[in-house]
Amino acid sequence: MTTATRAGQAPAALEDKEMLISGSEAIAEALTLADIDVVTAYPIRPYDTVMQAIAKKIANGQLVAEYIVAEGEHSQFEIVKHASTVGARVFCGSSGVGWAYAMECLVVTPALRVPMVAMVGNRALDDPGAFGVEHNDALFVRDLGWLLCWIDSSQEALDTTLIAYRVAEDRRIFLPIAISADGAFLTHSQAITKVPSKSLVDKFLPPYNRGDLQLHPDNPITVAPQVNEDWVIEIRRQNNAATERAYTVIEEAYADFRKVFGRGPENPWFEEYMTEDAEIILIGMGTISLPLKVAIRNMRAQGKKVGLVRLRWFRPFPTEKLVAALSKAKAIGVIDRDYSFGSPFGSGVVANEIRAAMYNADRRPPLLSFICGLGGREVMLEDVYQVTDLCFNAAKTGKSETKTRWLGVRE
Amino acid sequence: MAHLICEVVYRGIFQKNLASRITRGIVLSARKAGKWGIAFGRYGDSPQRNGIPAKDFAIVADTKEELEQHMARYEPKELHVTICVDDTLCKGVESWAWYGLQPINRLLLPNGHLLVTSTQPAEALLKDTHKKDAPYSLWILPGKASFSGLWVYKEDHTEARVLGALAKIAPQVLSIDAVAAAIKEAEWGSDLKGDSARKAYERIQGRAVKITEGNPEVPYSFTMPKWWEMREGVSIPAIPIGKPKEGGKGYVPERNPYFKKFSSRTMRPVIDFETCVKCTLCWIQCPDSCFDVMPDMTYDANMEACCGCGVCEAVCPVENCITMVNEAAFEDNLSQWEMWRKDKAAYRTWLEAKIRDKVHTVRSHGFRYRGQYEEELAAGEWETGGVPVTAGIPGENADKKHLA
Repeated sequence: MTTATRAGQAPAALEDKEMLISGSEAIAEALTLADIDVVTAYPIRPYDTVMQAIAKKIANGQLVAEYIVAEGEHSQFEIVKHASTVGARVFCGSSGVGWAYAMECLVVTPALRVPMVAMVGNRALDDPGAFGVEHNDALFVRDLGWLLCWIDSSQEALDTTLIAYRVAEDRRIFLPIAISADGAFLTHSQAITKVPSKSLVDKFLPPYNRGDLQLHPDNPITVAPQVNEDWVIEIRRQNNAATERAYTVIEEAYADFRKVFGRGPENPWFEEYMTEDAEIILIGMGTISLPLKVAIRNMRAQGKKVGLVRLRWFRPFPTEKLVAALSKAKAIGVIDRDYSFGSPFGSGVVANEIRAAMYNADRRPPLLSFICGLGGREVMLEDVYQVTDLCFNAAKTGKSETKTRWLGVRE
Repeated sequence: MAHLICEVVYRGIFQKNLASRITRGIVLSARKAGKWGIAFGRYGDSPQRNGIPAKDFAIVADTKEELEQHMARYEPKELHVTICVDDTLCKGVESWAWYGLQPINRLLLPNGHLLVTSTQPAEALLKDTHKKDAPYSLWILPGKASFSGLWVYKEDHTEARVLGALAKIAPQVLSIDAVAAAIKEAEWGSDLKGDSARKAYERIQGRAVKITEGNPEVPYSFTMPKWWEMREGVSIPAIPIGKPKEGGKGYVPERNPYFKKFSSRTMRPVIDFETCVKCTLCWIQCPDSCFDVMPDMTYDANMEACCGCGVCEAVCPVENCITMVNEAAFEDNLSQWEMWRKDKAAYRTWLEAKIRDKVHTVRSHGFRYRGQYEEELAAGEWETGGVPVTAGIPGENADKKHLA
């Protein structure tokens, strides 16, 4: 992980194997280490890279798992949902409109408390048909009980996949987790990645035990009956409680991860880059962090105190920690790689979530919102400089701008 | 009474359109006097399913503001009038929409009114109707339950007669002239139906019911768990498998203790255990697994589980071994097989009386044979319950029911 600091020489590091792999291949390595039982597949770029990597693992005899090619994403997600209820560790994934086609299954998965781990290879929604990254696909499920995170490196892809199983399959949680990986920049880009040994992974990740919720002849239960208005709100209340418990469980999982593997972030929720003395804090999710960091270093060289908060976990939303981190700044600039047409101020989803989170904060720095990099368009350093200049102006006037600016658009 | 709240308790499919006509008729009649009203069905009910008890409501008030106090609700919390269009529902109702068995008079306000279409006398109905801790009035509109289908309607004037009777019960809200005028304007209305309403208005009589009167049984109920008491993952434990009846013989399946369904029943099978050939067909074909296997390998229909569909009678190869009889003829759900085991001669007398009484067997889900509808309408004797149906047994093999 980008900010990983190695506290002492952990024994784990000695057993790590270095590989040059893409984010998708890193996830496949993690799935092999997690010894998944059932995986379903249906091709769509960029998710298909992970499906190919798993198939290769199975073909090579490195992973023994049921590999089911479904006739579409709807069945793909439905099959693993059922496999999980009988006790299988499952993996699934999709991209863009493929993820949308599975929507009915995505909706029921958290309510049934199925700890599915899915990879969303972020892709623009049709139309126009396009392969490039936008975050709107994964954000479809943000209100439904899915835990959502974004990653920005192959290493983080591998580590987060192991952590995701640990969190999802915790009896206190039993909720699905979607790991979002930006199409192209992560799914199709290979980087040096540390792959831990199976014996270490076994220390970190216990077997999946569904307990009294497991469908088994010795435990006859009925799942998903039809009910009336006198049951539904209690079920929603249970899901809310499980989501709230995820705050603790995620913290525990990252702490154990650091203990076992000797790396990983102290703060699971977001990465802070050069924020200690920053007057301006920029915020984004996914691989947008890379051009942002380069631009920040260049601006620092000119004496501009700019820092970055890269949000890892979007659900559950790290409200308190994020508010504390952002309150320090003189102005904040949120860069969304998504859109929400007709939303307050026409902002993207992340900007409005942060506005909501900041509403009760003692100190509310001016907030500017930007939409950038849609459809996989590259985020250029000039875009970031423009954002930062506007943020410095807002810091001077002390006023938020209600206008959302689109960057990198031909005008 | 500045406002009037009425419910119609009816049976799914067979009386869905009837209940709708009555509740809409109430609102449109009251509108003649400038009142405001709404008509709606209990949303969680399943009125498209055979025989399931369901409810429609009509609320009328002097002002829109007063009406709003009763809107955006699934069900009124209290009622002035309960209209029951099938007297077997006086035994209590259990629906998809709620849990446990609800007495037919449960929501009635003190001094409210229960209007039942029935050919039974008040004393017989009060054996079924649960006791209530407040007095109310019982009104009987002579006639048998008006059953039809989902897409058809039985034009036997029941809706007009109920509305006429209601004008007598709640004259402050519904005048008989307003009712007759509203009926005439309805798409289903006619002068003849207006006359039926006036006749019902003139003839209907109420009777006070004291708090000492009624069925003393405590209806089974269900306590809803708190959210943290519920199993997670929208999962519920399965019903356990059953046990032998006694001495390792026979088989009694476990059944859902929270949803029994028997209030869907309008007929029940009466079984002659001595002519039973133990062919197992009733046990296999019963869609509700209501038959318990007795130690002697005969089959006893469990009255806590039977929905009264009549499939057992249709598939039984022995004449008069299983006979469907009007549910109104019974006062409890006790085991017929136990009664037979205890005193075979007494059981024979009981059985023959139940089967012989054709008034009791005049009951069906819809119609038993082609032409019955026309026959019943032609007779026109609505107040005596129409034509007794003495011929026709459901099932294609009815005419072959003779053992060599």
